[in-house]
Amino acid sequence: MLISISLLILFLPLLSFLILIFFGKKLPRQGDWLGTAILIICLGLAFYVLLNTGASDKFNAIYNWIDLKDAPGFGPVKINLGILIDNLSAIMLVVVCLISAAAHLFSTKYMEGDAKYNRYYAYLGIFTFSMLGIVLTDNLLMMYIFWELVGLTSYLLIGFWYENPGPQYASKKAFIVNRIGDVGFFTGIMIVYVFTKSFTFSEIFAAIEAGQLTGGWLTAAGILIFCGAIGKSAQFPLHVWLPDAMEGPTPVSALIHAATMVAAGVYLVTRTFPMMSASALTFIAYIGLITAFISATIAITQNDIKKVLAYSTVSQLGFMIMALGVGAYTAGFFHLVTHAAFKACLFLGAGSVIYGMHHEQDIRNMGGLKKKMRITYLTFLMATMALSGVPLTSGFLSKDSILAGTMAFAGLTGGFNYIIPILAFLSAGMTAFYMFRLVFLTFHGEPKNKEKFDHVKESPLPMTIPLIVLSVLSFFVFFSYNPIDANIGWFAKYVPAVQTVVPEAQRFDFQKGTTEHIVNAESPASETHGENPAAVEENHSAFTEAVHHAHYPAMGLSLFVAGMGILLAFAFYKWKKFSADAVAEKIKPLYTFSLNKWYFDEFYEGVIVKGLLMLTQAFRWFDNKVVDGVVNGAAYVTERSSSGTGKFDNSFVDGLVNLIGSVVMFFGLIFRKIQTGRIQTYLAYVLFGIILFYFIFRTM
Amino acid sequence: MINNILSFLIFLPIILSIPILFFKAGKDKLIKTYTIAVTIVVFILSIILYFGFDASKSDFQFVEKVQWVTDFNIFYFLGVDGISLLLILLTTLIFPVTILAVWNSITTRTKEFYFLLLILEGSLIGVFLSLDLILFYVFWELILIPMYFIIGIWGGKNKYYATVKFFLYTMFGSLLMLVAIIWLANYATPMIGKFTTDYTELRKVSIFMPLNIQMWMFIFFGLSFAIKVPMFPFHTWLPDAHTEAPTAGSVILAAVLLKMGTYGLLRFSIGLFPLTFVRFAVPIAILGVIGIIYGALLCIAQKDMKKLVAYSSVSHMGFIVLALAGMTVESVQGGLIQMVNHGLSTGALFLFVGFIYDRRHTREIADYGGLTKIIPIFASLFLVVCLSSIGLPGLNGFVGEFMILAGSFASPNLHNNIYTILGTIGIVLSAVYLLWMYQRVMLGPVENEANRNVPDLNKREIISIIPILLFIVWIGVYPNTFLSKSEASVKRVIENVEAAKKNILNIY
Repeated sequence: MLISISLLILFLPLLSFLILIFFGKKLPRQGDWLGTAILIICLGLAFYVLLNTGASDKFNAIYNWIDLKDAPGFGPVKINLGILIDNLSAIMLVVVCLISAAAHLFSTKYMEGDAKYNRYYAYLGIFTFSMLGIVLTDNLLMMYIFWELVGLTSYLLIGFWYENPGPQYASKKAFIVNRIGDVGFFTGIMIVYVFTKSFTFSEIFAAIEAGQLTGGWLTAAGILIFCGAIGKSAQFPLHVWLPDAMEGPTPVSALIHAATMVAAGVYLVTRTFPMMSASALTFIAYIGLITAFISATIAITQNDIKKVLAYSTVSQLGFMIMALGVGAYTAGFFHLVTHAAFKACLFLGAGSVIYGMHHEQDIRNMGGLKKKMRITYLTFLMATMALSGVPLTSGFLSKDSILAGTMAFAGLTGGFNYIIPILAFLSAGMTAFYMFRLVFLTFHGEPKNKEKFDHVKESPLPMTIPLIVLSVLSFFVFFSYNPIDANIGWFAKYVPAVQTVVPEAQRFDFQKGTTEHIVNAESPASETHGENPAAVEENHSAFTEAVHHAHYPAMGLSLFVAGMGILLAFAFYKWKKFSADAVAEKIKPLYTFSLNKWYFDEFYEGVIVKGLLMLTQAFRWFDNKVVDGVVNGAAYVTERSSSGTGKFDNSFVDGLVNLIGSVVMFFGLIFRKIQTGRIQTYLAYVLFGIILFYFIFRTM
Repeated sequence: MINNILSFLIFLPIILSIPILFFKAGKDKLIKTYTIAVTIVVFILSIILYFGFDASKSDFQFVEKVQWVTDFNIFYFLGVDGISLLLILLTTLIFPVTILAVWNSITTRTKEFYFLLLILEGSLIGVFLSLDLILFYVFWELILIPMYFIIGIWGGKNKYYATVKFFLYTMFGSLLMLVAIIWLANYATPMIGKFTTDYTELRKVSIFMPLNIQMWMFIFFGLSFAIKVPMFPFHTWLPDAHTEAPTAGSVILAAVLLKMGTYGLLRFSIGLFPLTFVRFAVPIAILGVIGIIYGALLCIAQKDMKKLVAYSSVSHMGFIVLALAGMTVESVQGGLIQMVNHGLSTGALFLFVGFIYDRRHTREIADYGGLTKIIPIFASLFLVVCLSSIGLPGLNGFVGEFMILAGSFASPNLHNNIYTILGTIGIVLSAVYLLWMYQRVMLGPVENEANRNVPDLNKREIISIIPILLFIVWIGVYPNTFLSKSEASVKRVIENVEAAKKNILNIY
């Protein structure tokens, strides 16, 4: 039953795509109502699935895709595609359908009158289909398939306004950068497949637990699969595509580049979390940390409202990834869910502002909008508080869990790893600062562009309803009835930490010690420690206890940094105690470095892209001159030598023949001259001959 | 008739090509209708063959064997297995599609063109069905003649250079093959007790020949196949031939002719000399990987659309070579389905380049830009084909590439997975060159005024491309339909290789 419903949720958006792409133009309002209605139905169904799926339920359906039966030397080759509904996918179903429905509704006004209106809705439909595919799959292969489809639909939507150079460049860049990550993902899948002979998550985990994939290969597989997440979730060093992707329509940014597609990478790591070895997790944690920190420093100086939000998204994705890396499994996924709601709200709010300002995106030209756009302002503010980690918001709960997780991790592993919580808190503080900077510059103060400001109106209902819904969802009550502790909320209970399946030697010490202890103490014979409930319980507690201890210090610190960030924003942009420009002037090198996004694009463009192009030119030369040169050279030599042979044949062999001919001819000519046919001449010759002979013989 | 269906497949187009010569000149429409009708009949025949084929058997089916040259035991010997079945289907599908798609492109000497096309179809089918080496060789050489004229008469600016290069290059290869055939049959004479060129007889004894002799025969056979594939560094005839050929020629060249090379490697190089093939697996894989990356990098550097597609063939065929070198069931099955995929995708890419060339008479990428706005149907279908070539999941290319890479990754014959890992780079590069081309040609503002009035695809062109799109999606979504047909045959090839490895190595 749940399987059929989830299949319905999966395929309804595809149906929407098919109807709209082929018949959209003929439908009233080009079918936007159809797409929106379908998504609202999906949302209802998704809630039904969520309510009927218990925390430990697993519903699975399998469909055979490729069957090669028994392969010599390998064993049976059977590739299945399947659907899995468990706590993770049930929650993600709701998230994806909710944000997608919001974006659909919002777009009915935002995109109204666009030349390719029906196509736009069709693309939204197929995007939602692909995203739901990622969510519902039970195996890596299907994950990869939908993963690529998401990449394609993102390509189509970023490049939706392909007449302009910006979108066409950005869409191609997004696709290719994602593909680079996907090569890693693909290789990782192959390693897993070769060792475990399966793509299905549960079978892979069982095989790893049974010791079929261990050591360096296990770590490599983990890191390579994570490469997919580096691409999709815009992690350092492949984060460069996401800010550029803002060239797409703003509701698309809200749906794809804030809440769902970019969350796919985090979801992937969540799904594969049990097979990540300690080294892989450390790698993941540091990538997340670097991403969170770098993009927070960039977001501070950006002036395009969507670019600020884009870098903030990259930074928050870094937080989620980092959380998973340090083992705060629940916290990472929790932040994914809360972030989806308030970040979508922020993007749609930005869309509302851009709509009101007639496609003005530069916050330096805004200001004072709070008077004219009351609803947009309030919802935006609410979401900003959630993102900054102000108490009573959902963001406070989830970010606090992450920060506590980093502290616990640093405490358990020690040493250099203390850098993780330090930079994480710093980034959290910067988050609060740049978000309030954005609010002040956009909504407070005096309007900078009088002319545009005069025409600003609050956006119509189809745009404000999604804003209200999403901002309300940023309150803590939807996730935990205790505003300062997420651990006792339903979410933490619904998504408990999972047991790792990697071999003992490849776990963190804090994971290792407890299990060994349990196994030794209770039943030395028991080898299936992973399935031992007591072991699971105990193993959790090592990390959970550390988190528990870290909880209050983390909360205090996080309140402090968020407060400092907000305070600084007030000081700079509200009370005008300091001039932002003067400070920027003082730290000019740092400022320009941040403004230019750490020069990542310049580096990639100048070194990698240019290098590749030069390489292709060199290869072209090589192919034309050398490889083909050999062929043409062989032809040339053959032709030359044949013409040489020809010459030889002509002048020597034939020449000899001709020479003989010529000699004969010469004498012939002479003899012809001689043989005139006249008797007198012959008589003269005879006479001449006699005289000749006379002289010859006389001398003898 | 069903017993002689293979002969019908070969000789129906060849014999029915003759009446074309007696048609009145100028009756172009009649000639075209007649030709397409013949190719459709051949296609229907191949469908009958498909349904008559028993996928559970790995032996050759519908076998026809008649003594041809009595003194030398050369046979007229035909048979089909799962491997050739898919290639036959590809061939018979591509011909009517191409003829319909380029309906109005050929305006001069129509009679000769369609006459040659039918001869070409018959001989191509002959190559895939022949089980006697001399018969195979005859069809193999016969193909050169129509192709030589198709490029040489209806080709572009450099057609003479291209067609002579094509002819001589492939001729050079096939002469070595002839030497190898005679040598092999001679060497086998004492082992079999008679001189024969029967493939099924020869493959029973060829594995027992001394390895150094096998090696030379393998090289002679392999070289001619390598040129046809084409494998790096024997590929340079291909961009010239493709670029200069008329659209129909390019499509058939890419879709079917190149498959002769990989088919030959699979049927004869691996079939006759399994152990030698395994010994050479690593260098072959290296050449395949070089082809993948090198071809893709060259694509990026091209300014001419047709040349770009031509070089993409080098890259895609590299995957198939890697698949064969891997020699596992998944990789060879993947390689086989990739042969079909490449035929469909690259064939379609050439058709699209041809469509646009017919309208604007230029292939320079720089002459275009912003076409999506002007010709939306063309743009959408072209994008689907590009994505299929890029290997997007859900479309055919992905299935092939995926199976090849997954199969060769763990191949015991390659000892190392570095080749596969390097091969995956091709996945990124294919996205780079095709999407970049698409961006420059289709997206952006219309800068060249000459492009303003380009008409969109007409009904005939759309209909012609639909069968290809259908198979692109079908294979992408449910490849088992086709994979199940070739499964038994491929497995048998692999089993032979494994058995050879075991038995022969024990002897030495």
